[in-house]
Amino acid sequence: MTDNVDRSKRRLLLAATSAAGGVAAAGMATPFVLSFMPSERAKAAGAPVEVDISAIEPGTMKVVEWQGKPVWIVRRTQEMIDLLAKHDGDLTDPAGTVPQQPDYCNNPNRSIKPEVFVVIGICTHLGCSPSYRPEVAPADLGADWGGGWFCPCHGSRFDLSARVYKGSPAPTNLIVPPHQYLSETMLLIGDDKQKGAA
Amino acid sequence: MKLLKNLVGWVDDRFPLLDTWKEHLSEYYAPKNFNFWYFFGSLALLVLVIQILTGVFLTMSYKPDALFAFASVEYIMRDVQWGWLIRYVHSTGASMFFVVVYLHMFRGMMYGSYRKPRELLWIIGVVIYLALMAEAFMGYLLPWGQMSFWGAQVIVNLFSSVPFVGPDLSVLIRGDYVISDATLNRFFALHVIAVPLVLAGLVFVHIIALHKVGSNNPDGIEIKKNKGPDGHPLDGIPFHPYYTVKDIMATVAFLIVFCAIVFFAPDMGGYFLEANNFVPANPMQTPAHIAPVWYFTPYYAILRAVPPLFGSQFPGVIAMGIGAIAVVFLPWLDRGKVKSIRYRGPIFKAFLASFVISFVGLGYLGMMPVTPTYTLISQVLSVVYFAFFILMPWYTKIDKCKPEPDRVTFK
Amino acid sequence: MKLIKKLWMLVLLSTVPVMVLASTEAHLDKAPASLSDQASLQRGAKFFVANCTACHSAAYMRYNRLADIGLTEAEIKSLLPEGSKLGSTMKAAMDSESAKMAFGAAPPDLSVIARSRGNDWLYTYLRSFYVDTARPSGVNNVLFPLVAMPNILGPLQGDQALHVEKHEGGHEVKTLKLVAPGSMSTQEFDATVGDLVNFLDFMAEPAKLVRYKLGYIVIGFLFILLILTYLLKKEFWKDVH
Repeated sequence: MTDNVDRSKRRLLLAATSAAGGVAAAGMATPFVLSFMPSERAKAAGAPVEVDISAIEPGTMKVVEWQGKPVWIVRRTQEMIDLLAKHDGDLTDPAGTVPQQPDYCNNPNRSIKPEVFVVIGICTHLGCSPSYRPEVAPADLGADWGGGWFCPCHGSRFDLSARVYKGSPAPTNLIVPPHQYLSETMLLIGDDKQKGAA
Repeated sequence: MKLLKNLVGWVDDRFPLLDTWKEHLSEYYAPKNFNFWYFFGSLALLVLVIQILTGVFLTMSYKPDALFAFASVEYIMRDVQWGWLIRYVHSTGASMFFVVVYLHMFRGMMYGSYRKPRELLWIIGVVIYLALMAEAFMGYLLPWGQMSFWGAQVIVNLFSSVPFVGPDLSVLIRGDYVISDATLNRFFALHVIAVPLVLAGLVFVHIIALHKVGSNNPDGIEIKKNKGPDGHPLDGIPFHPYYTVKDIMATVAFLIVFCAIVFFAPDMGGYFLEANNFVPANPMQTPAHIAPVWYFTPYYAILRAVPPLFGSQFPGVIAMGIGAIAVVFLPWLDRGKVKSIRYRGPIFKAFLASFVISFVGLGYLGMMPVTPTYTLISQVLSVVYFAFFILMPWYTKIDKCKPEPDRVTFK
Repeated sequence: MKLIKKLWMLVLLSTVPVMVLASTEAHLDKAPASLSDQASLQRGAKFFVANCTACHSAAYMRYNRLADIGLTEAEIKSLLPEGSKLGSTMKAAMDSESAKMAFGAAPPDLSVIARSRGNDWLYTYLRSFYVDTARPSGVNNVLFPLVAMPNILGPLQGDQALHVEKHEGGHEVKTLKLVAPGSMSTQEFDATVGDLVNFLDFMAEPAKLVRYKLGYIVIGFLFILLILTYLLKKEFWKDVH
């Protein structure tokens, strides 16, 4: 039955059909794969959040939700800021060489304004949310503690710029989200593009 | 290449890989004279795969809860990335499944594919068709629109006409006194897992049964009667590559039609997606005109054509049920000397044509509101529909058949 | 050629269920709506937010989807009610319960109203209110008798009066006449309602804008694939005699 068959023509057609069929299959797979991306509802819920920071007392922290994650906003006192510069030797990455913050926060305070610190409250180890421990040298955290966050899950320690202490299971500093000032008292978390970073 | 060969060899030592390939594809000999009508078997399999695939993805965003079901469908249509496409493919697939299956069944009726030795193959096919109807009916409730709700309400209430146990039976099916959240939730479970499992199993058995007895063909003669020296039927060709390439071509042609509907007319003028189903289900208000989806309407018309007996709808329900499963008896009703319509006499052809007309006509009337004229026509068509089956032993016997050829006609 | 004929048959048979039903409904005017008219969609969107969302919600429609019809972020922001964000859905200013108290029926959500009613019905309905002092709202509607909705477009359209001509055999012809002009001419008003209906059509299925465009590409590609698979089939079937 298969005498005088033009094998090369057959091969060529097979290759062409397979290639076009492959393109078709990839095209069909695309919508299915993309349907796994965040929906419009998830995007709307994760949209940038405006926060009024005028009511945050010095030394206290406000937690807001952005993209379903806790974002901490701390109004640091001058003493807190002063303390931050004094323990670089105890930190894994004091200068922020790992890009865990936007460029405009790549400074010793990891913030736009030194007194207002914004950070995502998710431990870089395994995703727990550390507790805020602003007090200096409490009994359980030891005399060296200068205020910061302590992760209850695996004991990671962070200073008040959310930089991780050496010896913690967490590998890097906490992430500073993109943010900008809309006015003196209004902060926009999640977006730094529209009006330019401060 | 060598690695691949080794891998295949390794598997084949432990699993009949090459044997299966040979038995069902490369050395499954199918008659070479298949025509257009023989595409619909593979196309039905294609649609089943499409439905399962899109169904799995829809399940990820759909909520089987009376409070959220309608909104979750709109969520899929708007908020889920490409959700609208996946949903339209699924809703179009539901209707196209029936288009393909009806044509596939009609092929069997034209060429006598139900005749000995293919009776069991035919019965399995009918069971697949019934499972498909159950699957479609329960799936239709899920969008939780007005048509979903009232369609289900009417159909489930049919069970309450069963003597003695009816009212309890319909409550049992619903899990409530009306169609409710409980019904939605159980229909969801049945639609996404129970019935699809049964369908997949039945389709597997259908194909195994087919490959045991071999395919029929438009001439209705057995190709196994004429075997060559190599033991293969002279009129048979290996399914692979000949019918694989042919079916791939048919698949692409079918997808063109399918995509034309999905992209340009997913509502199909209200036949595939009904306008009233874009109103959330409201148990307090029935829409002015409700009708089942088009693929159920022939049986719905039979139901409405049968007058109530002693105030009971039960005779209509029975007629509808028999109407739906009547084809299963064909292997024993047909007494014709030949299988294929090509060699049948004029009487069979006339009866088959009247059957098609009655089926399409009933399908149309099932969508229309009840009027005395329409009811009368429905009654006439119902009689024609059942006459096709009831009179079959008689008319197939007296019909003048032409002699069958020894070999299949090809080109 | 025979094969082409067969393929045509496949195409035709696949569309068997398409049969046009004869409609016995009331006469509907054809809505002058076209999704390709972006300016009309934008006017409709603004009109909808300004005039309809006081009572009606569009609970599945997000404001930021208005970007699909070419509105800029600033324009969308100017439409946002107090407390809503770009990603918010369109909520009614009035809550459903108090609306039910005021009108006797809860105003329906309008997200998919164009799919359940159809463009022509909406276009006709919105222009078919007439003065009927027997109704609590002072108006009635030819297409939707005893409708609970007040004619909020009345100030634009003006007041219409109903004339019923009785013909032999009980057949009635209802016509509406403008008795007091509104702030818009009839042409302006019809165009405005057309824009609104156009927007409702878009809102009922935002994907429609992409659907058609993508459809041409997909089907075009499938035709190329069909030619290839046809050639492949023909090549292999040369073996079969």
